[in-house]
Formats: sequence, structure tokens, C-alpha cells
Amino acid sequence: MKEGFRQAMAWLHTWAGLTFGWLLFAIFMTGTLSYFKNEITQWTQPEIVPHEISAADGVNRAQQWLGENAPDAKRWFIRLPDERSPELGVSWTPAKGRFEERSLDSLTGVPVQVRQSMGGEFFYRFHFQLQMPYPWGRWLASLAAMVMFVALISGIITHKKIFKEFFTFRPRKGQRTWLDGHNAVAVLVLPFHLMITYSSLVIFMTMIMPLSILTTYGKNTQGVFDDLFPAFKTEQAAADRAPLASIAPMFEVAAEKWPGSRVGLITVNNPGSANASVTMTRHGADHIPHEPGTALVFDGVSAELKNESNMGAASLMLAGGLYGLHMGHFAGPLLRWLYFLAGIGGTAMIGTGLVIWLGKRRLKHAKSGVLPFELRLVEMLNVASMSGLMLAVVSFFWANRLLPVSFTGRSDWEVKTFFCVWGVALLHAFARVFLRDGRSAWREQLTLAALLYCALPILDMATAGGYLLASLKQGNLTLVALDMTALATGIFLAWGALRFRGDGKIVLASKLTPAVQEAR
Amino acid sequence: METLSVSAHASEKRQKRPRSGAISVRGRLAVASRVLAALIGGYLLTALTSICLAQFLPLVRAEAVVLAMTLSFLVYLPAVLWCFACGTAWRAWFGLLLPSAVLAALYASARWLL
Repeated sequence: MKEGFRQAMAWLHTWAGLTFGWLLFAIFMTGTLSYFKNEITQWTQPEIVPHEISAADGVNRAQQWLGENAPDAKRWFIRLPDERSPELGVSWTPAKGRFEERSLDSLTGVPVQVRQSMGGEFFYRFHFQLQMPYPWGRWLASLAAMVMFVALISGIITHKKIFKEFFTFRPRKGQRTWLDGHNAVAVLVLPFHLMITYSSLVIFMTMIMPLSILTTYGKNTQGVFDDLFPAFKTEQAAADRAPLASIAPMFEVAAEKWPGSRVGLITVNNPGSANASVTMTRHGADHIPHEPGTALVFDGVSAELKNESNMGAASLMLAGGLYGLHMGHFAGPLLRWLYFLAGIGGTAMIGTGLVIWLGKRRLKHAKSGVLPFELRLVEMLNVASMSGLMLAVVSFFWANRLLPVSFTGRSDWEVKTFFCVWGVALLHAFARVFLRDGRSAWREQLTLAALLYCALPILDMATAGGYLLASLKQGNLTLVALDMTALATGIFLAWGALRFRGDGKIVLASKLTPAVQEAR
Repeated sequence: METLSVSAHASEKRQKRPRSGAISVRGRLAVASRVLAALIGGYLLTALTSICLAQFLPLVRAEAVVLAMTLSFLVYLPAVLWCFACGTAWRAWFGLLLPSAVLAALYASARWLL
């Protein structure tokens, strides 16, 4: 019974992993980058310079600017600068038309002349929307997450000695090494894998598992959100006008209510009307659970505290805790790097899995040296999804520095560059794998990627060196850290490219055989 | 019972991945049926579990709904594993539809009879 079950799980692990591996690799890779979302945005918009300002000054400037430039909006949103993001962000929903946003200079309170770029937001959005129209990307990403969950658990069941063999690593043994590596990263960051996968389902649960809302709330599905987030119920603006009270004094109330915690997002509903209100939530960096329902509501005219709500209930803390662990807003520098490394571990686990799948099946054809069509297809997709994505990511950063600073649609062109390069990488992989061999595809793409990553710091110096030096003088290491990370990535990719020197037939024949039996 | 399921399973396995020659149509259909069972049957069972949890958990309405949704994926996982571990594709469907029917009856009786 036991062996039959394990075999079935091995089959499930193999095929779930293969069919969704390419997509999951991209999701994990871009998701990992998202842990440095704000830092990437700082790099892509170096014009925004951090200043030391008090919360009261910041919010005063934002309120003044919004009052002059968006007096008739339905809602304002204000986000103060913090240690990870230097911008004083203002955005608003106009009475008519589209949501708009600006970055203000936190010292002068006027919009910064900044190059258009999605920055880290691009990778963040891509990792759950997949550049598809709403809601299809989110559904596909959720399906991938469920498959990931299945692949993780079936993988643990398959590999009976998975925890014992954690300490086994046999380098330079071909297929055996890949399998050891796959198991090692799987076990090493297993709690992270399980957390990140399950929490991604929890984050989208109202979209993907909503039937219990329907049966409980009937047609009024908005009711559950009103119950959970009472502070964000939408009210119609009153006809009477009244000047908006100053927001800054409300911070003192917030500091009293939430000791040791800063204010995060500030929402002003119906500014300028007699029933205006100001809602404050806690800053995400100061606590682990994601609790958008914990809020203070002030009367927008008298500035008195009208209402407060919190999400302290245990069941909400479970969901909010998983949500918060996934986002990692609370993580300081050290923990943030650990998140990043764990994410790389997850990406590497998926990548090594794909390589193993192909490596095992390639053995049968080692003598003839000719791969059947389906294996070539897998190899092409492996190359394009891994080294091709690495190329696409770095080209986004190159585009950011090379596109002229002020031209319309600049931000879109960065995104287009990303997908064009990825597409070209796919074509290249196709041509090489089907007309020559897979090794040359890997070698060429990894070499180019290594060059582009290694040269990124030089490009940065050449095109935006002034910003880099100024940030260093300020003691801000974000820009240089990104450059150094790119350099390290480039060196790693160069090492990878070197592994594909020659035609590699000898390695295949001599080193891969003993692993075949155990690999299942 | 157990041995039967293993042997039935093993024979289907052999159909799926024969040493040589083409993969049988029957084997492919069986796998497709299992995938559909995992996807649709698994979702059905999961959704019904969350509906029952939201109905029966002794919590405030919104909290019960949130907890029901949060925990529901823990049912999806074993449901999917079951679809690939059990003896035949028919059994995969049966194993999901039977508990689904029980949960549906449980919910319906609580909602409309009591």
C-alpha cells in the first residue's frame, strides 16, 4: 500500500511540477524581487531624494497640495515617507475620471520631476497578475499557487528520507547533484515555501473561495467587507461645504491610541464637504499581521475622533497574520534579506526541479544524442523561462537608465522592453534547441545575462552617477546595494554559463547513470 | 480492499507509462478524468466545507466567514492527493462527491429544516 501511494505521489509531483514549473518560476522570481519593491523603485526613480521630516510637516504639505490641486475629489490618499520609501505619495479619486497619483518632494511639497517608471511595482504586479486582464491573471496565479501546494506536499511524501538526506550533498555528480540541491533548498526553506504558498491562497480567498460569503450574506456581499472594515464604508458627500480640518493634530490622537506604531495610509473621504472624514491605519512595518480594519476615523471638520475599529479577533488574526507574513512589510533589513534569500531558494527549487525532469529523460537518449520533440520543447521552455526571464529582468533596469528621462509612455516602454526581450529569448531558445543543441542556448543566454548584470553598475554610474554619489554622501545605501546585487547575480550567471562550455556529452554518459534509480 | 486498490492503480499506471509504444487512450482519459475530479470535485468539496464552517462555527458572522475561507484550502489539498492516490478515476470522483453530498445535506438541513 505504502509504496503504491508513494509512487502515485511521485507521479503527481513530477507532472504538477512540470506543467506549472515555468509559470511558478516566473512568479517566484518576480515575487522575490518584490521584497525589495520600494528599493527597486528608489533605483528606478533616483530623482526622489529622502529628507528627514516630521510626520506633521509631511501631512501638512500633502494636505495643502491636494487642497489646491484636487479639491473636488471623492477621496484623497496620503502616504508619508518612511525608511524604505522617500516619496511623499499623494493620490486621489476624482469626482469624474481616473485615479491619479503624484510623488511630492517631502521638503518643498511640490511634485518631483521624476522619470516615469513602475519600478518595483512592475515585478510586484506581475507576480500575481501576470500582465493579464483582471481577474484572469489573479485566477491563474492562484491556480499555480494551489498546484505549488500540491507539489510541495506530494514532494515531501515522495522523498521518504527528505529530512535525513538534507545533509547529503554530492557535488559534481550531474543528475545526483541536481537532486541533492533540489532537496536541500526544499527542506532548508520548507517553512517559507509552505507559508508563502498557503498565504497566497488566503490573500485571494474572497475572490477564489467566495461561496461562504454568498450563503452567509446573501446578495449583500459587500456586507462582509463593511463588517470587517467598518472604517472604509463609503458615504455620499453632503451637499454643504465646510473647510477640512488640519490633519496633523490627529496624529497626536493616533500616537496615543497606538503606542509604538506609526500611521500608515491616511484616507480623506469627501474632502471639503460637511461630512468629510479622515481615516488612519497603522503603518505595516510596525507589526506582523495585515490588519486594514484597524483604523481610527476622525470627523473631517471638527477633527474629533469619531470611531475606532480593530481586527483583534483570533480568526481575523490568523488570516491577517498569514497575509502579513507573505507581504513581509514588518521585516527590517536583516529579515528582508532573509526573505529575499528564501525566495531565491524557492525559485531555485523550482528551477532545479525542471532541470531534473529533463535530465532524467535525456539519459535514455544519451547514446544517440538526439532528443525527441517533446523533450526539446521542454528544454526550450526551461531555457526561456529561466535564463530568458533573467535577461528580461535586467533589460527592464537597462531600459530604465537608457530611455530618455522625459518622454511620454516611458513607463510603458520599460514594460515593453521586458516582454520583448523575454520573447526574443524564447525565439532564440527555440532556434538553438531545435536547430543545434540546448547547451548552446543556455550558454549564450547566460553569457549575455551575465554581461548585462555585471555591467549594470557601470551603466548606473555612467547615466545616473550623480544620484548614486549623492545618495552615498547621504549615507543611503539602497542604490549601491542594488548595483552590487546585480553584480553578484552577474557573477553567478557567468559561473552558470561556464558550466555549459563544450558539448558536455562526456558528463552525460559517465556521471548521470547511478542516480536514475533513486531519482524517482 | 487495500491490495485491490493498489493493483488496480498499478495496472492503470502501466497503461499510462508503458515501457514502449503508444500510451493507451483509456489511460489518458483516466488521467484527464482524475485531473478534472481534482480540479472540479476538489473545488466543490472545498467550497461546501467553507460553507458549512461559516454556518456552524460559533463566531460572529464576518469572523466565521473569514476563518472558513482561510481553512478551506486545507481540504482542497487532501482532496487533490486523493484523486491521484486512489485506485481508479471513478473512485476519485466518488470519494469527493460522497462527502460533498453529505456536507450539502448537512448545510441544507440546518438552513431550511431547523
